[in-house]
Amino acid sequence: MNSFAGFVKKEFLHIFRDPRTLLILFGMPVAQIMIFGYVITNEIKDIPIAIFDQAKDRASREISNKLVSSGYFSLKMNLNSIKEVEPVLRQGEVKEVIVFEPDFNNKMESGNKGTVQLLTDASDPNTANLIVSYTSGIIRDYALSRYGSEKMPSLIEPKIRMMYNQDLKGVFMFVPGTMALILMLISAMMTSISISREKELGTMEVLMVSPIKPFQIVVGKLIPYIVLSFINAVVIIALGTFVFGLPVRGSLILLLLESLLFISLALSLGILISTVSNSQMVAMFISLIGLMLPTILLSGFIYPIENMPLILQWISNIMPPKWYIIIVKDIMIKGEGLRFVWKETLIMLGMTLFFMLAAIKRFKIRLE
Amino acid sequence: MILIENISKSFGKRLALDSIDLSVKDNELFGLIGPDGSGKTTLFRILCSLLLPDSGKALLNNHDVVKDYNKIRRIIGYMPGRFSLYNDLSVEENLNFFARVFGTSIKKNYGLIKDIYKRLEPFKDRRAGNLSGGMKQKLALSCALIHRPEILILDEPTTGVDAVSRKEFWEMLSGIIEQGITIMVSTPYMDEAVLCNRVALMQEGRLLRVDSPQAIIDAYPKDIIALRADDMYRLVMDLRDFPQADSVLLFGQEVHYSGKGKNIDRDAIRKYLEDKEHKDIQINTISAGIEDSFLQLMA
Amino acid sequence: MNSKEKVIEVRGLTKKFGNFTAIDRLDFDVFKGEIFGFLGANGAGKTTAIKILCGLLHPSSGKASVAGYDVYKQTESVKRSIGYMSQRFSLYEDLSLYENIRFYGGIYGLRGKFLKERSNDMIARLGLEKEKKTLIADMPPGWKQKIAFSIALIHEPKIVFLDEPTGGVDPITRRQFWDLIYEVASKGLTVFVTTHYMDEAEYCNRLSIMDEGKIVALDSPDRLKSEYSAKDINEVFVKIAR
Repeated sequence: MNSFAGFVKKEFLHIFRDPRTLLILFGMPVAQIMIFGYVITNEIKDIPIAIFDQAKDRASREISNKLVSSGYFSLKMNLNSIKEVEPVLRQGEVKEVIVFEPDFNNKMESGNKGTVQLLTDASDPNTANLIVSYTSGIIRDYALSRYGSEKMPSLIEPKIRMMYNQDLKGVFMFVPGTMALILMLISAMMTSISISREKELGTMEVLMVSPIKPFQIVVGKLIPYIVLSFINAVVIIALGTFVFGLPVRGSLILLLLESLLFISLALSLGILISTVSNSQMVAMFISLIGLMLPTILLSGFIYPIENMPLILQWISNIMPPKWYIIIVKDIMIKGEGLRFVWKETLIMLGMTLFFMLAAIKRFKIRLE
Repeated sequence: MILIENISKSFGKRLALDSIDLSVKDNELFGLIGPDGSGKTTLFRILCSLLLPDSGKALLNNHDVVKDYNKIRRIIGYMPGRFSLYNDLSVEENLNFFARVFGTSIKKNYGLIKDIYKRLEPFKDRRAGNLSGGMKQKLALSCALIHRPEILILDEPTTGVDAVSRKEFWEMLSGIIEQGITIMVSTPYMDEAVLCNRVALMQEGRLLRVDSPQAIIDAYPKDIIALRADDMYRLVMDLRDFPQADSVLLFGQEVHYSGKGKNIDRDAIRKYLEDKEHKDIQINTISAGIEDSFLQLMA
Repeated sequence: MNSKEKVIEVRGLTKKFGNFTAIDRLDFDVFKGEIFGFLGANGAGKTTAIKILCGLLHPSSGKASVAGYDVYKQTESVKRSIGYMSQRFSLYEDLSLYENIRFYGGIYGLRGKFLKERSNDMIARLGLEKEKKTLIADMPPGWKQKIAFSIALIHEPKIVFLDEPTGGVDPITRRQFWDLIYEVASKGLTVFVTTHYMDEAEYCNRLSIMDEGKIVALDSPDRLKSEYSAKDINEVFVKIAR
């Protein structure tokens, strides 16, 4: 075991001696979470809207006020006819038109469904989606404060995703995504680079020709990165909580355990990558293109999966970060426990085992 | 003892090793001489169990390089072509690491590497990346020796290192031989061949000749003369046009000449050169060196 | 070699990096058509000196002229009159032989029909007509070396600097390469060469040996050998450097 301990110590020395590695390890997570956090919170601000109020009663006026005073929207114009709706949207003067049906207040009062129609400019589907979510959230909020939760009439179908995100902060959706991205990148990229570096240097040859076993090399490479990635996960959760006020409603322990599982998954991917790349550059390329892009594009991090074409939705199922993001959202925002996320956990566990076995199988005892 | 029987190895269509047969005795300093791409590294990698031969077998102290690779990896010390060190670790950390990987410690085997390592000790806290080529070479050798291997395999340890370090390196190898270790070393420098007990000359995946350096020199079949004149380039060109010429090669400030037959008619050559208006012609009979012999074998 | 026309003239050339003196008051001349060997252990200051003579680095003090141009002020003219080839050959592996020649010719301002003729001439002289479209990556090291050397001469420089030109090449090819060096030198080109191979140093007309930033020996190989009563340059070098 002595030789193995020596190996782990050497890995830590490599990491702490290389300023670039340290920067990527600890600078990148903080920078990314801050950038994503602030960029996203600023995105929905003073969105130009128009209101076509056919009711002009208490409820419609109060909702309009609430919308405008929220800071997310600014009222560009009041419309007087349904015919005006399409032109203003098409010209891009406003991003959303809110239509109250006639006699809106009374319909709500009497328990009938009052209807608000939201029309958005969906040429930018993500912003449109956000705008609708924000608007419906505010309307819902209004109904809730007026009637309480029991008697609340369903004004419009609220989106489930926003339901638990009552403050309507974009950062809530991005912290889990960023966590997935960072853990994926750091774990997979750093291990694959560090193994390929030994191949480049020629030290891998010497290690192979020593009594140390391939799985000792693999595990020795993993341990430092498991530790450091785990620290990263904690830092990100702390940043989310203390800087952006993101709560951890569910079990923190469960969240950390799930993160550990995801880290192991990413690390096994990293080793798998290193078995097919002979230089640091190749390893970095595969990690960036093979892992980072899919994580950003296909995991539901930035583009909602339900907006994707069907084929991409299928593909998204094999993206490990997708499942991790779902789990993190469920635990942090909804406060669910293992009872609710066991399915996703099992999927990740299966993927980890699969990649780990593939990596060890592919990791050779010889040069070819 | 190293026993190589009928080893062949191809990479795709390229035949890197063509039925190699070779045996190296216990405690021998054995040299593998050959140009780049002649198959030296491939052969060494097979001996180190890093590559599988397509056919044939090889035994290192009676352990098969394919089946007993675990055992092989305990008894050999291997220094690959590039000095495989961790540039971001210090001299001492590198040595410590390799000692631990082999389940030993610097202290335990210090006696073996003392003569080599004591030259590095003043720099033991320096990062390996900041060492000169000669010092890297010494450190890499220390790392390959730290577990007291039975057989040491050194792949071009003197390439890219200055002449002084090269000389010191060969002195160290004789020190290691005295410790009872068997050494197999490859080099592209023909002049280093004479420092080995026996050498094998390798070209295009085949062994051209295996013998002691002196026997190889003695086997040179022809007379050889060294010539000089005032314009060396013209001398070479004109000599190559001389009808009896077989090999005309520049050796520093001299040209080594051998004819088609065994004997050389010096007067005929002098007359030929004088007719070509060469001045200050000097012709000396010399005995062939190891390089003459190798070049003749390789031609 | 016979001429006494100075092509490189160096007086008191010094370069300091902070407190470290990389080269210390060098004095030497190199003549037209001469093969001048520049030896020294790793870190002796060879590379620094070559960089200054190629106009890539400014000296701290002293004088140096290359092909009659001052290395302080006329670096552009210096660069036009020299060729340079290093151990790594600096060829584009993913371009063909012809494309490499065209590219380097273009860098030195050769254009149009002239460049085309020059390129075809060069390929013919190398005897590689059939390989015109072959990628450099698919060629043996010996060919690459000769091609790199020819390319270093494409703009007909007065001096060519060869920085360890024979690394990684087998002995037979190395010999052929020295034939080539002798050929261009006999036509009046000055060859300034560094090498680790002491047997190669013997090919030079004159040798300088550097140690810790100073030139400690400068003479013909024969005279150096008798001065140090050594049987070859390797022994001379070891005696000096130890």
